[in-house]
Amino acid sequence: MIAKRSVLTDEMVAKIEALAPRYPNRQALTLPALHIVNAELRHVPLEAVAEIAAILGLAPAEVQDTLTFYQFFYQEKPHGTVRAFVCRSISCALRGGDQLLEHLCHANGIQPYGTTADGSLTIEPAECLGACDFAPCILANDDLLMNMTPDTATAALKQPRAKAT
Amino acid sequence: MQPFKPVLLEAVGVSDGYTLASYKSRGGYAPLETTLSEKQPADVVEMVKASGLRGRGGAGFSTGLKWTFLPKDHPGPIYLCINADESEPGTFNNRILMEDDPHQVIEGIILSAYATRASTAYLYLRYEYPRSWHRLQAAIDEAYAAGYLGSNIRGSGFSLELYLHRGAAAYICGEETGLIESLEGKRAWPRIKPPFPAIEGLFRKPTVVNNIETMACVAQIARRGVDWFKSIGVPADPANPRDPGSYGPKLYCLSGHVEKPGCYEAPLGITARELIDHFGGGVWKGRRAKAVIPGGISMGLMTESELDTPLDFAGPGKVGCLGLGTAAVVVIDETVSIVDFLHNSCRFFAHESCGQCTPCREGTSWSLRLLERIKAGKGRLKDLDILLEIGSTMGMMPGSTICGLADGAAWPIKNAIKKFRGEFEDTIKRTNPSGWMVTDPVPALPIVGAH
Repeated sequence: MIAKRSVLTDEMVAKIEALAPRYPNRQALTLPALHIVNAELRHVPLEAVAEIAAILGLAPAEVQDTLTFYQFFYQEKPHGTVRAFVCRSISCALRGGDQLLEHLCHANGIQPYGTTADGSLTIEPAECLGACDFAPCILANDDLLMNMTPDTATAALKQPRAKAT
Repeated sequence: MQPFKPVLLEAVGVSDGYTLASYKSRGGYAPLETTLSEKQPADVVEMVKASGLRGRGGAGFSTGLKWTFLPKDHPGPIYLCINADESEPGTFNNRILMEDDPHQVIEGIILSAYATRASTAYLYLRYEYPRSWHRLQAAIDEAYAAGYLGSNIRGSGFSLELYLHRGAAAYICGEETGLIESLEGKRAWPRIKPPFPAIEGLFRKPTVVNNIETMACVAQIARRGVDWFKSIGVPADPANPRDPGSYGPKLYCLSGHVEKPGCYEAPLGITARELIDHFGGGVWKGRRAKAVIPGGISMGLMTESELDTPLDFAGPGKVGCLGLGTAAVVVIDETVSIVDFLHNSCRFFAHESCGQCTPCREGTSWSLRLLERIKAGKGRLKDLDILLEIGSTMGMMPGSTICGLADGAAWPIKNAIKKFRGEFEDTIKRTNPSGWMVTDPVPALPIVGAH
């Protein structure tokens, strides 16, 4: 059966289907499918939710229910080409994590969870990134930025980066 | 302190230590081959039970005993889930193991799957560890190519598929039934127990959920033996028949206000002071510690005078903390306001409560509102009593929630206010001179940035 799709590409569907043998049912593909779409589009629009649901044999509401549980997936519009998670949990906070977040938002003229007008950068507060030995730290796409200061972080976030996997 | 040579961390600092060739050169996978050819699954269960290994993920339950809860002669499938959703603030030991010695973890997984008769294992990895993701996937590919994974492993007749499954930034997925629900593609709402996962877990089949460091310990027990493992750590207290002891090496994560933050391996039972002074180079800038988190923020706080508490499974509980937890030690120096500490803790739990149980969803959120109010200079002494009431009524221990997240949220509140009440009262009186004594209901301040 070839369903008409407007958002999911054949390549995305192939990636999702390649994972199917790993699980005894298709609902378990929900999170991998959301990641596959999000890695390409930097968000998961409602149309994509409906199309994932159709592929997995689920109701769109089931996929949407899972998606909204994780505050990870943007839906209305894509996050920036660089998505920077600035850790604010205790070990980073003790070494200036909150100030780092405030500085970076101010320097880029955005609020936390905001994206710059050119779409190049999204800044989000994050809970413990598990890199407390390098506090304060930032996860920018796949790159862990360690022992950051306001100046080094501002410079580092201007660098181009490979997209997150 | 007795010198101790790292075992779990032996690959750290070794160039290419994460490769199969390096792991084998250190003796890796030989115990697996011996086990598969000479031992029965029940022998592996017995070995791990006899070692006294307790789960390294936080709860400290006996790993071997957990395995025996699986139904006997089950037609299958039985699943093994590896919990790598390491999200407890201050904790990063699993990241080090996955990045620097992934094959040690994989060998432990294969041995554990053999013991539990699982033919499929899922490693649930938190999203925030892309480097671990790539290292693990490369190591899994190597293991498949070398015949350590897949069908008929090394001609033994035992088969195992190991898959990585990625989370999406939610702390609750570290709770074992939350992890299972998330793996199934649903929202990660923990399940009511019983039934426990060993009876009805992933895809409604018998399931064991074990932590990454636990898997590394299983690999080392198979290599070095039960006697080696039991020679390390704190023996069971003969006066307490319910104490299973704290055996083996442990990875301690040291962070916060120390000179040298890092992941250090030591025998279970090292004290927080030894850890800070011997490994951490002392409290930074020559300052004194005001408080120390013994094992991740959920475990509460130790004061400076409690730093000689041994960090074994029984130690932190003796000074009112929740337990050893993940053994993530976070040092807070004397310049930090304890109000700021508790605000940070309450913000974390308000953000990470999954929202399923009302006492946790409301309790974590309202405790944050109270701390916001105190920080804004509008606190009242009564707020401390309200915080304590919240802290003592939400959680599995008071019996009001399904999982232990709320207990973890409650403990920092209870410990901080009980051990530092004077500082809270001084702060409230100083910042709210005209209203600290008010006891009438007052409106909450709008909450900023919890979600």
